[in-house]
Amino acid sequence: MSALLEVEDLKVAFTRRGEPDSVAVDGVSFDVQPGEIVGLVGESGCGKSVTSLAIMRLLPERGNRVTGSIRMDGDELTALSDGQLRERRGRDLSMIFQDPLSSLNPVITVGLQITEVLTRHRGMDKKAARAEAVELLDRVGIPDPRRRLDAYPHQLSGGMRQRALIAIALACSPRLLIADEPTTALDVTIQAQILDLLKQLVAETGTALVMITHDLGVVAGLCDRVNVLYGGRIVERAERHELFRAPRHPYTHGLLGSIPRLDGPPGEDLAAIKGSVNDNLPWTSACAFAPRCPNALEVCTSVTPAPVEDGRFLRCHNPVGAS
Amino acid sequence: MTSLLTRRRDKIDDLGGRSLTADALIRLRRNPVAIVGAVIVGLFVLVSIFAPLLAPHGPAEVFPELQRNLRPDSIPGALPGFPLGSDQNGRDFFSRLLLASRQTLFVGVFATLIGLVFGVLIGAIAGAFGGWVDTVLMRVTDVLLSIPSLLLAISIAALAARPSQTTVIIAVALVNVPIFARLLRGAMLAQRESDHVLAATSLGVRRGAIVVRHMLPNAMGPVIVQATLTLATSILDAAALSFLGLGDGDPARAEWGLMLANAQSYLDVRPALAFYPAIAIILVALGFTLLGEALREALDPKGRR
Ligand SMILES: Nc1ncnc2c1ncn2[C@@H]1O[C@H](COP(=O)(O)OP(=O)(O)OP(=O)(O)O)[C@@H](O)[C@H]1O
Ligand SMILES: [Mg+2]
Repeated sequence: MSALLEVEDLKVAFTRRGEPDSVAVDGVSFDVQPGEIVGLVGESGCGKSVTSLAIMRLLPERGNRVTGSIRMDGDELTALSDGQLRERRGRDLSMIFQDPLSSLNPVITVGLQITEVLTRHRGMDKKAARAEAVELLDRVGIPDPRRRLDAYPHQLSGGMRQRALIAIALACSPRLLIADEPTTALDVTIQAQILDLLKQLVAETGTALVMITHDLGVVAGLCDRVNVLYGGRIVERAERHELFRAPRHPYTHGLLGSIPRLDGPPGEDLAAIKGSVNDNLPWTSACAFAPRCPNALEVCTSVTPAPVEDGRFLRCHNPVGAS
Repeated sequence: MTSLLTRRRDKIDDLGGRSLTADALIRLRRNPVAIVGAVIVGLFVLVSIFAPLLAPHGPAEVFPELQRNLRPDSIPGALPGFPLGSDQNGRDFFSRLLLASRQTLFVGVFATLIGLVFGVLIGAIAGAFGGWVDTVLMRVTDVLLSIPSLLLAISIAALAARPSQTTVIIAVALVNVPIFARLLRGAMLAQRESDHVLAATSLGVRRGAIVVRHMLPNAMGPVIVQATLTLATSILDAAALSFLGLGDGDPARAEWGLMLANAQSYLDVRPALAFYPAIAIILVALGFTLLGEALREALDPKGRR
């Protein structure tokens, strides 16, 4: 089976006059198979959003440099003209953002925001688009969808808004959906519902999903494969069960350790990762994670760890369970 | 258990709510400043609409019984049938004062509207395209903005061969254009960075639709507020032009600025001739300003609870 999305050596550097470039994404490669759910996990600032925006080509026109290859169905997205890209966005690939309220246009109705996409990409007339919009809202579990069509975004609850955004993103049955922390802005109880909904819809439509999150709990219930991102590079990639059963990278290990376990002994200390992203070393001459790593060796601060691919992808001098 | 709880919550959050405009209107109604402004503006608009019915006499009508009593050292005050007495030419001062409100409203509204339309056009183009289009348009705008508005209006009005109501409107409208252009351009740029525009872009919405449907309506809030405030300054500017003799010379059309100018020579004789038009100008400008400021507060998302 050939990959739906192949990202190869993606680099994004933000440039500012008079300052050295700041590299946000530093040679990220991963692929997504049709219908697959792939996780992109890492703590704040590791480059998750920048990666997703680069794939959609939504980064600002100026002030950054993107290199590498992003292929969808073998087509190089980075080489498409703006017009060609606009034809594909929303139809072949679409995206859901973190904050459902600010992602909706406050001055037009939810219905118009759905029908806009339907008339744009599926050539529907107004009436057909409205009927389809009702179907879509119904499918994402919005009660009384006919009435909700004429509601403005601020009249919906947070969960409803995210449902509406999911309906919009899936309106044209894209084959790839990128969801950038779609539940972070929601109540914990609503989060689970939205994740269930995404999982169900993606399974029904065969849409592949790139799930971006800092929450391994989300990954555990959803993803087929997981990419763990640290400091703009993928440090570990494995099939979900493999990753949870035996995390190899100390960073992944730390992330897993910081999830409270319901079956653990009460009062057990959570193994949080010490330090912060600010302590990073440059990847060019070290392992960026070394200063925070419990397994760090001398070599970790002086040599860039080479990526190893055997069953899983790993970038570490001294993986967990090696010695 | 959880699912039951969450489902309920989803529903509760979902009920109620009103449109943003309705929300703003409700907050406006609770604001005493807005009410004072609205009452002044409302009265002014009513008077100017019904002035021909309210005014007992025509604006250019000269009355012999008034003219007979005109002397260099005295202008007759209130007489039966002439509540505010005569003006310096033996016309009914009260009627002229009422009818002048029409000129003020007409000039103010058109100077503002024309300024708004062209300003919005320029600001939208600059904000939507960016790049050199933006740079060129904003340089010109900046130059115009750097000239004091009244001075600019006077210069433009003075270019006209024969001053008239139209030249006043054009002069004041031109002064207003850069104000609206810069304001909208800033709001458009902010919209360009906004999440919902990013989301619309991620859906492949066409560029024209993004500008017209997603950016422009969201950027118009401050422009509406400014329009209310600009009505006040337009009225003042227009009155100033008339005062300086750059306005409508037609005696059949009373105008507060011109009445003020003509009253100057009679300040010792009968100060009321200057006092009433001056108060009228100030009150109307104040009304629009109060309303505009209250509108700004009402539309400010930070004030929303
Ligand atoms: N427009 C920008 N200009 C300059 N630097 C940027 C810009 N956008 C992002 N960055 C930088 O790129 C890095 C990665 O940011 P990114 O938003 O991808 O993080 P993230 O993994 O999505 O984090 P979060 O979980 O907080 O969303 C950060 O260090 C950030 O400061
Ligand atoms: Mg992010």
